[in-house]
Amino acid sequence: MRLTLRVWRQRGPEQPGAMTTYEVDGISEDMSFLEMLDTLNERLILDGDEPVAFDHDCREGICGACGMVINGQAHGPERTTTCQLHMRHFSDGDTIDIEPWRAAAFPVVKDLVVDRSAFDRIIGSGGYVTAPTGSAPEAHATPVPKPVADTAFEHAECIGCGACVAACPNGSAMLFTSAKVVHLNVLPQGAPERESRVLDMVDTMDAEGFGGCTNTGECALACPKGIPLQSIATMNREFLRAARKAPRQARPM
Amino acid sequence: MTSYTAYLTGEPIADTKAPAGPIEERWDRRRFTAKLVNPANRRKHTVIVVGTGLAGGSAGATLAEQGYRVIQFCYQDSPRRAHSIAAQGGINAAKNYRNDGDSIHRLFYDTVKGGDFRARESNVRRLAQVSVEIIDQCVAQGVPFAREYGGLLDTRSFGGVQVSRTFYARGQTGQQLLLGAYQALSRQIAAGNVEMHARTEMLDLIVIDGRARGIVARDLVTGEIATYFGDAVVLASGGYGNVFYLSTNAKNSNATAIWRAHRRGAYFANPCFTQIHPTCIPRSGEHQSKLTLMSESLRNDGRIWVPRAKGDNRPPEQIPEDERDYYLERIYPSFGNLVPRDIASRAAKNVCDEGRGVGPGGQGVYLDFADAIARMGREKVAEKYGNLFEMYERITAENPYEVPMRIYPAIHYTMGGLWVDYDLQTTVPGLFAVGEANFSDHGANRLGASALMQGLADGYFVLPSTINDYLARHPHDTVDPRHPSVTEAVDGVTARLERLLAVDGDRTPDSFHRELGELLWDNCGMARNDAGLRKALERIPELRAEFWRRVKVPGSGEELNQSLEKANRIADYFELAELMCLDALHREESCGGHFREESQTPDGEAARDDDRFSYAAAWEFTGTGAPPVLHKEQLVFEYVHPTQRSYA
Amino acid sequence: MALATRTVRRPSTLATLWRSTVGKKTVMAVTGVIMLLYLVAHMLGNLKIFFGSTEFNGYAHWLRTIGEPALHYSWFLWIVRVVLAASVVLHAVSAYQLSRRDLAARPTAYAHRRPRAGYATRTMRWGGVILGLFIVWHLLDLTTLTVNPRGEAGHPYQNVVADFHNWYADVVYIVAMLALGLHIRHGFWSAAQTLGANNARRDRTLKFTANALALVLTAGFVAVPVSVMTGVVS
Repeated sequence: MRLTLRVWRQRGPEQPGAMTTYEVDGISEDMSFLEMLDTLNERLILDGDEPVAFDHDCREGICGACGMVINGQAHGPERTTTCQLHMRHFSDGDTIDIEPWRAAAFPVVKDLVVDRSAFDRIIGSGGYVTAPTGSAPEAHATPVPKPVADTAFEHAECIGCGACVAACPNGSAMLFTSAKVVHLNVLPQGAPERESRVLDMVDTMDAEGFGGCTNTGECALACPKGIPLQSIATMNREFLRAARKAPRQARPM
Repeated sequence: MTSYTAYLTGEPIADTKAPAGPIEERWDRRRFTAKLVNPANRRKHTVIVVGTGLAGGSAGATLAEQGYRVIQFCYQDSPRRAHSIAAQGGINAAKNYRNDGDSIHRLFYDTVKGGDFRARESNVRRLAQVSVEIIDQCVAQGVPFAREYGGLLDTRSFGGVQVSRTFYARGQTGQQLLLGAYQALSRQIAAGNVEMHARTEMLDLIVIDGRARGIVARDLVTGEIATYFGDAVVLASGGYGNVFYLSTNAKNSNATAIWRAHRRGAYFANPCFTQIHPTCIPRSGEHQSKLTLMSESLRNDGRIWVPRAKGDNRPPEQIPEDERDYYLERIYPSFGNLVPRDIASRAAKNVCDEGRGVGPGGQGVYLDFADAIARMGREKVAEKYGNLFEMYERITAENPYEVPMRIYPAIHYTMGGLWVDYDLQTTVPGLFAVGEANFSDHGANRLGASALMQGLADGYFVLPSTINDYLARHPHDTVDPRHPSVTEAVDGVTARLERLLAVDGDRTPDSFHRELGELLWDNCGMARNDAGLRKALERIPELRAEFWRRVKVPGSGEELNQSLEKANRIADYFELAELMCLDALHREESCGGHFREESQTPDGEAARDDDRFSYAAAWEFTGTGAPPVLHKEQLVFEYVHPTQRSYA
Repeated sequence: MALATRTVRRPSTLATLWRSTVGKKTVMAVTGVIMLLYLVAHMLGNLKIFFGSTEFNGYAHWLRTIGEPALHYSWFLWIVRVVLAASVVLHAVSAYQLSRRDLAARPTAYAHRRPRAGYATRTMRWGGVILGLFIVWHLLDLTTLTVNPRGEAGHPYQNVVADFHNWYADVVYIVAMLALGLHIRHGFWSAAQTLGANNARRDRTLKFTANALALVLTAGFVAVPVSVMTGVVS
């Protein structure tokens, strides 16, 4: 099929960007969206142009590297990652708009590449269990009820792609942050740091310049892993609980 | 252009540093004899870690917890994205929670046998021993393993093993284990103990006075070339499967770190030992950029077949039962569809070579669930394999409940890698290699669910107990950034990038990578023979020369330039591919993932030659296009005695 | 090193709440619920207008005597007014501060625009502003009687009827009540989410309750001007 692409091109963080139009031909419906961009890039290189920069790695929907806003939707029309979106969901002659994730906390690095390191800092501020290597008790010492383990897993599935932030009109990272808070806070292993985790992670999330949640639900609709909107409610509950309890507890430094 | 099919033989490797004595005491003994670094002094030692996968992430976190200063690198935008994340199946551990006769010794035995007797016994025994601690560690970190209703951990049997020792987190075990390591690492980054450089790629190793003292790395965003110095360097940069272009590896996984280390003196062991996974989704056309693996567990209930007749291109449902060839069940009646990976892969290749393959280009075989659905009901099948079926349908737009799946083997894992001793140290003092980057534990074939085990064993437990011995034994003065070895490395990197940008030819980097990949797949893939390997060895140097003459890399080096990154990696693949072919050519036996057509039993099975090839082949670099030197590490089997594998 | 070497105290609960986006949303949720409870009572009281002037005016007088003799005359009403005023201010200040943050967090719009979220969700900010302006008008109209066409203290029934004989008062009132309905429709569910009361099982019930509340309140409030206009109440 033949497509018209309108792609955001921006040389660097400080340079201005613009939507640039390209025509691509000979696109097979079995191609993934990224393979379609590969095709464009191969041609751009031979034409002496610079190829479109975009993040990608595993191309099987798990590493979370890829992500672009396709026709106004994070990861495009299907509920999956951009690498797992196939061209059969488009038709011959379509015009497709391709833009980077937009959020103050995700500055554009180049073209469709953005800087998502704010996510790493959120995790670093509390998205872990303090369990230095060698200190672990026998794995069966603490049974974990299956429903609890399942809830933890469903939230641990987050791939950190940032689609939630891109889709949110406020550029909020609540879904991302809540996924990790719920994953660790429901588990007995995460209990000792339950309060400090949620307080510190929300603190960092705010400090990184993400917006607040207005419960629009766009994040959960865009999430390729189906992290539910309710996890934000759970994080709110954890936060309120911690705000009540934490001043009475000592905080390890 | 120079090419080689000959090689020189150097001194055999005499000492692997493995302690002597009863095998079950060796690891304890080594930990006791290893010198320790005083906790107060650890802060004064800097360790450079390249890569943040299971091995690198766990090593970085653990070393930092111990008090060392760690400088860590990954080319991805976040340490959480390393390709360990894509591992699906599970992680083995000899916990014997099922009381089904498992033990450390059995896991050790299975791994040595599964590796077709080409791994070092001491290392494998240690791996099995440490495996039980890994599960404890991961559970403590909050890794949400699958559990039974009683709240205890669930396990399953994997890859035809007779005990249930595989722990898993649905089909995303690698992701969950990696996130556990990433979170531990993130904690150390936030605490200031790890200096993390994401989007930064190691491009050379700095060796001063014979010891690894740092790396040259490029900031992929700004293009800045910088040097980082430390007292030891740990490579955890993964395998080199992407040399084949099409593989299940991440697109940017690459061999540059280990290849640069190899050029600086680290021996490269068993490069031809590559693993081909039988259940991948076949390529759909020329545009294919990578291959997707589907869990091997599908073979538990799916039946593999092709049409009996050549060129039968009727849709599968129109091919009557008696015109189908369930070839695995026919050739291997006792194991049927559950034969090991290498055998299933090769059998698929054989039927496709006969012209009986299905799907586009005839490169595929059917994996049919019709019988399973009839037997268990569609619901039960959906419960077991639903997510895999969905994945398949998303990629192929075919519904596996209605139409048989099409599968084809693909490059998945590389058992070869940098040669390391028992301490995981390479032949360059101070340079360590962990995880898939080294060659240590899987011999000629890796068992399912053992890659995650090895990565975490190396990173959490082995390296942090052996690196201190090196750090404690040597004085570590500060590196002079003007030292000639430093300047030489930086200049080399800069010159090479400039050269790539200057060619301004008429072919894209990917077009070379594809061509190299096809050449390797055809001649050094599932089955290898003398003529094919010689042909590849002749063609690779030509292609390499053409690459340096005709490649086109747009843009500059002072910015994010993904074409430049790619071209630079491909340049190394040419040299690595040549060594792989030479290694495959010299190993005139079939073992594990390496099948030499000249070496098979009368019924077409792999024939090992223990008399001539019971060694690990460690290659020493002598120059691009120059014949390398082979150093043999003789393998001694005191506990698991070599037998011929039989699955008929 | 992983060892704890010293400890610091966390800021107080209120400080934690006011400083974070999550906490400030809690402030909005709590004040929103207070105002919502008030509105339910207010609407029920309004409906007394259908029982005639004596009963309605008597009800209005009774409101001022609640709590007597423990409370002085109309103190109860003043307490309610203070709580409501505080709620409105906290609600509005939080909303303003959060909105500024939210707008700053997404400085660049997508070139490809597409409708997002529900109408009620998208109109929270402007709906809130409309409601704020309406409260001012409403107080001037029926509390201080400054702009009321009749403006006779102690005769709310007559004031209301006189008011709604003006077409513009009807328009202002009805538009505001529609805005209120939309605001509650998203706001109630949103408050439950913010206070952590939502989960997978309750989600449907909460959404239903939000819709029901929005509908009942809007209908109840709009019934008065409509009845005056149609002559049911005169």
